[in-house]
Amino acid sequence: MYGTRLRALSIATLLTLAGGFALAAFYAPEDADQGFMQKILYLHVPMAIVALCGFVFGAVCAIQHLRTGASRWDLRSYVAIHMSLIFGAGVLVTGSIWARASWGHWWVWDEPTLVSFLIVFLLYATYQPLRFSIEDRDKQSRYASVFAITAGAFVPLNFLAVRLAQTYTHPRVFATTDGGLEPRMKLAFYVCLLGMALLYATLWKYEMASKNTSAQIKALRRRLAGDEPPGPRRSAAPKLESA
Amino acid sequence: MRQAVNAVLRRDLRVETRTPQVVPGMALFSISAFVVFHFALQQRSVEGNLAAGVLWVTLLLAAVLGIARQFVADREEGGFEGFLLAPVDRTAMLVAKAASLFIFLVALELVAVPAFLLMLLGPSPVEVWRLLLALLLADLGIAFVGTLVGALAVQSRARDLLVPLLALPLLVPLLIGAVKLSAPVFGGPVAAARWPWVLALYDLVFGLVAYAVFDFLLED
Amino acid sequence: MTAILAADVTLPDNSGYVVAAYLVFLVLLLIYVGIMATKLSRFERELTELNELAEKQPETREAA
Repeated sequence: MYGTRLRALSIATLLTLAGGFALAAFYAPEDADQGFMQKILYLHVPMAIVALCGFVFGAVCAIQHLRTGASRWDLRSYVAIHMSLIFGAGVLVTGSIWARASWGHWWVWDEPTLVSFLIVFLLYATYQPLRFSIEDRDKQSRYASVFAITAGAFVPLNFLAVRLAQTYTHPRVFATTDGGLEPRMKLAFYVCLLGMALLYATLWKYEMASKNTSAQIKALRRRLAGDEPPGPRRSAAPKLESA
Repeated sequence: MRQAVNAVLRRDLRVETRTPQVVPGMALFSISAFVVFHFALQQRSVEGNLAAGVLWVTLLLAAVLGIARQFVADREEGGFEGFLLAPVDRTAMLVAKAASLFIFLVALELVAVPAFLLMLLGPSPVEVWRLLLALLLADLGIAFVGTLVGALAVQSRARDLLVPLLALPLLVPLLIGAVKLSAPVFGGPVAAARWPWVLALYDLVFGLVAYAVFDFLLED
Repeated sequence: MTAILAADVTLPDNSGYVVAAYLVFLVLLLIYVGIMATKLSRFERELTELNELAEKQPETREAA
């Protein structure tokens, strides 16, 4: 079910992302303030936006799971949060590199978006340990969904609060890059954003297909051999109830 | 519904007053924390932003202790099953638990805030109403978030770890608001007028979220 | 080779950081591809096992 259109999606992702990066590298002009370093933001900001949308998407899937009780919504939520967490790690690393390039420190508290992101990341990092530590499968899914919804509601609040808390000793760089974006920069940025969103969608589908296949293989094994495959329970992912 | 809330609330309060565990624990922790801060910061007194920070970090960590204890008795002694058997709206437990946590926090602050003023604060506090407002709004938010996190964590094997890991990031916006709002009391910079509204928004959002999802935590 | 070195000379300062950031992205992606590759090979292995099991079953049923 998830493998359909995956090839078309991957090709679209490849073209858009490569195109976006090429635009960023060759077409978009250098930023007046930051110079060449600003080019990192064509990677860092789209990743951040997509990761956050992914967390919200995970919350929406969780709402659906609580409403319908179908385990596939729980799996969708899990994969969405898992992917966003990986993207989030990338955001923090690239953000740190950018901070080092801009201000000479590997971490700065002055960039509110980055700080908010760290907090969100710390929160969602507890998602898998939470799942792992609840043994009852049903309860685990439900509690994970409750967590996903709470955390999803938390994300915008967090960004609001951290942004308001800034003491404006450093000018907010995202304001100057976003507000003062030239049309050529804007084009490159939006293409990168689209490419990153497509990448997320592709990887999400990829992961869903993988989990689906794994579940089907297990079900098949149970039917043919009558036993579960050996080995410890390796992931906190929910198991699909239908084969 | 109000009867159910009252019943659960009165039970929790009675348990606490008979064998005081949570509030004395939180209060003692706060005072120890102030001592620790004195030595860690190597300062005789604090003021301004630093003072607000020390106070609120201590209150937050003490609250985490209280959150961790909230549902343990219910889990271990069948309180959940008993509640679920009764023909009452499940939200009653949310309201009751949040109310009891709120009351415990107020009790904690009755001890911790004067202790802070005595032990660590340098300048005399001014415009104390800001602090009271911050305490009120923050306690409300901690009550909602804490009840949610406590209920989430109590079913897991790693509940002692999970409560701080879940609660602290979730409470960061609340912490920011509380510190900004109360810093002028200790001689810090005057905060913008928006902070009480930010705190109120936080309370509203998490109150609604808790109301929406709490039922799912109680299903068996 | 000299063309690449020449290109390096003409790039602005601090370009190393930009390259590093994009490299991080690439590495993350490739790590994911690698993990997927291991999963796929495991799937293939299990499927061949299951296929053998499936072929054996009708035979045992016929024998019985």
